[in-house]
Amino acid sequence: MNSTRYSRQTILKDFGPVGQEKLARAKVLVVGAGGLGVPVMTYLNAMGVGTLGLVDNDIVSASNLHRQVLYGESDIGKSKVAVAIEKLNAQNSETLLTGYPTFLTTENALEIIREYDMVVDASDNFPTRYLINDACVILKKPFVYGALHGFEGQVSVFNFQQGPTYRCLFKNMPRPAEIPSCEENGVLGIIPGIVGNFQAMETIKVITGIGEVLSGKLLLYNGLDQSLTKIKFSRLNKNLDIEALKSTYDFDCQVPVSAIGAPEFELLHSSEDVVCIDVRTRSEFNAFHLPKTVNIPLAEMETRINEISANGPVYVICQSGVRSHQAVATLRELQPKTTFINVKGGINNLNAYATKY
Amino acid sequence: MDVLLFGIAKDIVGESRLRLEGEHEDLLSVGQLKRFLKRKFPEFSNLSSFAVAVNSEYAEDDVPLGRNDEIAIIPPVSGG
Repeated sequence: MNSTRYSRQTILKDFGPVGQEKLARAKVLVVGAGGLGVPVMTYLNAMGVGTLGLVDNDIVSASNLHRQVLYGESDIGKSKVAVAIEKLNAQNSETLLTGYPTFLTTENALEIIREYDMVVDASDNFPTRYLINDACVILKKPFVYGALHGFEGQVSVFNFQQGPTYRCLFKNMPRPAEIPSCEENGVLGIIPGIVGNFQAMETIKVITGIGEVLSGKLLLYNGLDQSLTKIKFSRLNKNLDIEALKSTYDFDCQVPVSAIGAPEFELLHSSEDVVCIDVRTRSEFNAFHLPKTVNIPLAEMETRINEISANGPVYVICQSGVRSHQAVATLRELQPKTTFINVKGGINNLNAYATKY
Repeated sequence: MDVLLFGIAKDIVGESRLRLEGEHEDLLSVGQLKRFLKRKFPEFSNLSSFAVAVNSEYAEDDVPLGRNDEIAIIPPVSGG
């Protein structure tokens, strides 16, 4: 396209044609084409980043539309990566766009990331975040981190010029059930938009060298009072010594437990008296629960186990099936005479929930 | 002593700021504060790690606390 396309930013004294040239030569991989990935890739593409890679294996669903503003109603059911590439190509045909319709895994992470100068972590789960960290440390690539919870977000740039990494801030991956996901906890549509734009800004700074990169600093954003807090942290040298990926980044407590699918459980629950414990928090339980279920939050399980008495099996449910899985593993240790059964997929996969939400 | 709560820590305590006044004179280090939080709010025991910052700087358990310090409790968050 003609030379006026980027003129509003190339006339900026501290950016100039030199900054634009750096963007054109840059290769950026965005992991996650969801709430954070959408603003990141939209702005990097519009501003003229020459090569963009997108990794995501999800399809567009109706519950994405309130925050993933690149997608529309007619995209529901389609691959996010495919839809995104089509729209980004219409937005800027000069960008070299590559889609990876897969999840980032231990098998493909190094191979994919190696082709790029830097990574934007726009993922939505801890295993992927720790995998990105370790792969970027091994390949010596900086990555721009963003994550959110409710009305808040976190942003930082890790592994930038020998700077601190994600593991310098949070050494170990949390266990499942410790920290609820957006799916369980909810997210206000605009929050990933704001946090993702902060990530895009940091990406531009890393590429062009303007300003001060958010390395060694964690930015905490709170939308409710519009506060920004910066926390300084240091590098721990041992976190730069990673030489190989771990064999797995899955949550380590995936011991097999007895389980039933959510739809089968729903049928059973409607036709006979079953004993069912809901291990979500009180507020989640109050917002929605199946009739005839007892609420014992996971955190209180060990102290309230004596409230559970049943002759037959006891079904255990939560929002997505992760916390209930952990509860079943704990419960059968504590009360080996009772049969505990996990409701796989949890409340998200009940018809009674899907039709209401 | 002012404790700002982020992420799941805010959900556990139920507010975004906790003021700890004179009766907590035994809170002399970050480690002691962590133990106090776990006693008072048992759900903190479920978190395998959370970062603590004192006066906007990441702090290990042995960092001393003073009465006018501003502390932030920062658990990891995963949403995207």
